[in-house]
Amino acid sequence: MSPKRIVLRFGTDISVKPIVYRLVKDYDLVVNIVKADVNPQKEGTMILEVTGEQSEKGLSYLRDLGVSVQALNQEIVRNEEKCVMCGACTGICPTGALYMERPSMEVLFDGDQCVFCQLCTKVCPMKAMEVRL
Amino acid sequence: MSVEKTYAEINAKIKAGKAVVVTAEELIALVEEKGLSQATQEVDVVTTGTFAPMCSSGAFLSFGHTTPRMKMQKVWLNGVSAYTGIAAVDAYIGATEMPDDDPLNSNYPGEFRYGGGHVIHDLVARKPVKLKALAYGTDCYPRRNLETTITLDDINEAILFNPRNAYQNYNCAVNLTDRTIYTYMGMIKPQLGNANFSTAGQLSPLLKDPHFKTIGVGTKIFLGGGVGYVAWNGTQHFPSMINEEGQELGSAGGTLAVTGNLKQMSPRWLVGTSYLGYGATLSVGIGIPIPILNEEIARYAAKKDEELFAPIVDYGAAYPSFTPGNLGYVSYAELKSGKIMVNGKEVITAPLSSMPRAREIAATLKSWIQKGDFLLTEPVKALPSPADGFIAHSIKEA
Repeated sequence: MSPKRIVLRFGTDISVKPIVYRLVKDYDLVVNIVKADVNPQKEGTMILEVTGEQSEKGLSYLRDLGVSVQALNQEIVRNEEKCVMCGACTGICPTGALYMERPSMEVLFDGDQCVFCQLCTKVCPMKAMEVRL
Repeated sequence: MSVEKTYAEINAKIKAGKAVVVTAEELIALVEEKGLSQATQEVDVVTTGTFAPMCSSGAFLSFGHTTPRMKMQKVWLNGVSAYTGIAAVDAYIGATEMPDDDPLNSNYPGEFRYGGGHVIHDLVARKPVKLKALAYGTDCYPRRNLETTITLDDINEAILFNPRNAYQNYNCAVNLTDRTIYTYMGMIKPQLGNANFSTAGQLSPLLKDPHFKTIGVGTKIFLGGGVGYVAWNGTQHFPSMINEEGQELGSAGGTLAVTGNLKQMSPRWLVGTSYLGYGATLSVGIGIPIPILNEEIARYAAKKDEELFAPIVDYGAAYPSFTPGNLGYVSYAELKSGKIMVNGKEVITAPLSSMPRAREIAATLKSWIQKGDFLLTEPVKALPSPADGFIAHSIKEA
């Protein structure tokens, strides 16, 4: 059985709950945490690889809690031709995947830090951030 | 003895390939190293640059006549309406105009993916653009409708004319409300979630000549990748010096009207731009040379990010309701550092104005002048300066 790659997004109320423990204990899932940004003061994100027969039930449990669950089969890319390096995206990117090099003020994109929230694709004034399947 | 230079002397040195030209950032380093007097003696020209969304931009287009002739009354370019109430085949395409069938903000926040700024971008990129026109018909101009495709090279004239560009200084936008807002300063998250600013700081043209000693009507500039000129002061030109508790914090309020032949400009420096939930506009690249005629001009041209300040303004409530005042001033050095303090809270900052592009413009203009093919022009008329004390009026309703 191949693992499912999923992105979880949740509010501060979920950050204090042991959701990964529940997936393992109650749904007998093998969980590999690829990336996690969990902080009780702000919204959290997690990328998981989940394997197990009850994986759909486990994901339903998460959704019932109010966690946004999304399959990770797309990626965000930057269209270098269109990007003018203004930096508008760097203030809203939740994980710092889009960030500024200082003092040059060049905008850099670290795809490994991206959690596919797609905010940048909406906010970029030049529409330089694109979704690739 | 203090240095005094003239435009003629500096132009003679440019023609001889002997002018010393530095960018505004290079001047700052030079003044720090050698002092203001020495730098004033050595440097002839300082180049500035800015690349940012600049509303109040647009282009006059003269299409050429049709057979039979037509007095166009309504014109659309790629579905975006252009104003043609000026002559039979002349129109003005404004940067913020949207297609008639765009959902705008009815699907909030609207995307505003294609507007007048994008039409100008496509024209200057030499892409074919659909021209549609309607007319009522006259004896001398009988034709009533037209649908065809044009390119920038097909039409007779294309004159970029931007009534308000190169804003001297601008607000740093924050949001004190509980909801996310979508503004011309970008997306601002609730409760001081982020802060956006939009000025190139120490590279920005009008921050380096706050008293308009050298930038005036007729000044030759870098505009949209080509050569342009300052046509007049911009609309909403209310220049002033910011003084807080006896300390000068830079300048604010000056603007420029600029113009030039669109056909020699480049899509790299005129870019269609979309602000989520706000609208479409045009990002414009502008670079202005400042002749170092004397030490006072050099002193202002050497102002650095630490000495230039922007007001912090709440775009959640104070700005839309036109409530005066601000949440304090913050330097461009702090803004560019990535975080500032507002009401005791640390807030992350992001620019809307591209610093790498501003730097590229200043460097390009420097190379044009060094090559000897870009001479400086002495203004034929000075622009209103802070000393003139112009004050903005607002609309009074009965």
